[in-house]
Amino acid sequence: MSLELQHPAVAPQRLSHQFEQIDQQNEIYIVGMWTFLVTEIMFFGALFVALTVYRSVYPDAFEQAHSALNVWLGLTNTFILLTSSFTAAMAVRSKMLGQRVLTLLFLGITIVCAFGFLGVKYVEYSAEFREHHFPGPNFQWSQTVSPSTAQGDLAANSQVALGVPKIGVNEFPANYQPQQLELHKRELFFSLYFVMTGLHGFHVIIGILVLSTLWLLIYFNHPTVDDYMPVELAGLYWHFVDIVWIFLYPLVYLIGKQ
Amino acid sequence: MDNSEHINHGPGVGHHHVTPVGTYVATYLALLVLLVLTFAVSRIDLGAFNIVVALGISVVKTALVVLIFMGVRHNSKLTWFWASIGFVWLILLFLTLGDYVTRQWVHLPLGW
Repeated sequence: MSLELQHPAVAPQRLSHQFEQIDQQNEIYIVGMWTFLVTEIMFFGALFVALTVYRSVYPDAFEQAHSALNVWLGLTNTFILLTSSFTAAMAVRSKMLGQRVLTLLFLGITIVCAFGFLGVKYVEYSAEFREHHFPGPNFQWSQTVSPSTAQGDLAANSQVALGVPKIGVNEFPANYQPQQLELHKRELFFSLYFVMTGLHGFHVIIGILVLSTLWLLIYFNHPTVDDYMPVELAGLYWHFVDIVWIFLYPLVYLIGKQ
Repeated sequence: MDNSEHINHGPGVGHHHVTPVGTYVATYLALLVLLVLTFAVSRIDLGAFNIVVALGISVVKTALVVLIFMGVRHNSKLTWFWASIGFVWLILLFLTLGDYVTRQWVHLPLGW
């Protein structure tokens, strides 16, 4: 049994039969979402601890390695995410007031921003792959190129010409030789960088899926989204993704030596 | 300072806090100012204080997003509790640094 509640300003919400009041229902939804977000905080928090530990162990190598990242692209991405967070909050507000067109507009801007973020990330990642900054047997650090690694690069390139994939999943290239500790320290930074930004990017992709689904449901006036709560919860998730980046940007892109 | 419309009509209808557009815009602008600030400060070498300032600004930005964009300031005490628990977990995780920081201490001459 569901009960239709009318309100002059705020869009009506349906009370599910297991709840007694709309307030209770809304609180349960929001607390449930926050419970999920707490598990996400623990999840990303562990990676931030790892970054802190290795940064304090290898301050100089991390200082050098992080300078290879493009701070301007990072700044652009932070700006894009903050903007999308703002439009997500506006989308929730519009949905709460039952302003369908505005909700679609603000949700749409949020989704476009999310794609923009991934686009900038694509540019960054491709540059890092080109410069052999992706961790693995082909990782190289140009400032410390020794004659042997330069030759190794040549051999690796000739393998590409022969159609041999450059990075095998389980095998090293024929020219692989264990690299010096100095190189591995920088590789460690990029391992953490790719895991953290990659995981964050994965969350952005999930956010795009969720927000796009909501956009379509609202567009087709689906009864699931008569209530503003789905948009509210998706908004909470999106703000969380924004908060992760608020910490990632200064800690990975901006900060050098401790 | 809280000028949001507080709508509550009758026991069957929820308490809704419709935050004014102006508050969201102001928050957004504040976040952008803090972003520029964090970038500008990182270009200046403050030594060990760089990370302190950067983390401080990030915490302020997070507080703005959590309290205003995520609307926690109008939510129930239970939501406050859960939102805080997240940061308690974060602190517990960072307490593991106590291990890494004190590892070298073991090799110090103890003096007796």
